[in-house]
Amino acid sequence: MHELAVCQALIDQVERVSRQHGRRRVLSVTVSVGVLSGVEGKLLEHAFPLAAAGTVAEEATLVVESVPVTVRCRTCRAETEAAPNRLVCGACRDWQVDVIAGEEMLLQRIEIEVETVAEAV
Amino acid sequence: MCRDCGCSLGPSAARAPFAAQPAGPKASHGHVESIEVITAILDANDRVAAHNRAHFDAHGVLAVNLMSSPGSGKTSLLEATIRALQGELKLGVIEGDLATENDAARIRACGVPAVQITTGNACHLDAQMVHDALHELPLGGLDVLFVENVGNLVCPASFDLGAHRNVTLLSVTEGDDKPAKYPVMFRAGDLTLISKVDLLPHLEDFSVERARQSLRQVGFAGGILELSRRGGEGFAAWLGWLRSELASRRAAAA
Repeated sequence: MHELAVCQALIDQVERVSRQHGRRRVLSVTVSVGVLSGVEGKLLEHAFPLAAAGTVAEEATLVVESVPVTVRCRTCRAETEAAPNRLVCGACRDWQVDVIAGEEMLLQRIEIEVETVAEAV
Repeated sequence: MCRDCGCSLGPSAARAPFAAQPAGPKASHGHVESIEVITAILDANDRVAAHNRAHFDAHGVLAVNLMSSPGSGKTSLLEATIRALQGELKLGVIEGDLATENDAARIRACGVPAVQITTGNACHLDAQMVHDALHELPLGGLDVLFVENVGNLVCPASFDLGAHRNVTLLSVTEGDDKPAKYPVMFRAGDLTLISKVDLLPHLEDFSVERARQSLRQVGFAGGILELSRRGGEGFAAWLGWLRSELASRRAAAA
């Protein structure tokens, strides 16, 4: 499985964003992972702490938003959900479809801790 | 078994670090700021892949990434391809395996330059490994560079190496429903080679028609060739595909 390699790439990005914001402690990391991305959400969750150890995201929670496969039919134009190994239009059952969601593997957002003004003084 | 999923550490060890070793002093009264990022997680790999592709284009080289399960005949296909194209096209090979130089040695024995990447326990090649290997290859003198990925139908599908074309092998000694089981991999291909078809008379369970149907169901839109490295129509079509891909690559670069 390649999820640790994916998490290491993710942590590199999280560290970059954190640096741009004064290296604040990262509280959560939200990713969206398509069912057709080739990455398993559960395995990402297991690998994340290993990649995050010793970084600003060491205590962060990983939130994985799973994105189902959506196809657009070339015949009837309907946009429907589909099983990853049966890419067929849910409306007219045509095989001539384009995948419009479900392949992505994105870092969506991170939450960082910001000290209050009183504490910063 | 695999370094990447951490499975050798066992499930408890893999889950524990959430609670272990808090980092630095905790600011207990801070508030939370949410930052929208929205970037591809494998952005860094994709950038190196684009860089590799630029290298190939600058040298007029067609780069082909070969993927399949272990044992579906990638190296044998390469050996036969090298022999068939000897004197016509200059080929080079990057071999990916967890261990051993065996495959690169087989390719070199055919008189073609080969670089072996041994990944240790990693289950796939990434763009950086290919980039490093490129520095050991005489790219300028090549027409086609093959990258033989680690035999694995899961992990290699997620990593762009910078190749122009992805070719997936499905041997008839496997199940004809492999595409349905590994949809991400088979969808990622531009060409599927149904390999070892000379063995079909001995195999009752593999139906080429079912394999084709399974490929259609996962949305595979590329070409499908049935071939054996021992020659014949399908093998000739594979050589024809390589020639035409190289020609269109060079026409696009001109």
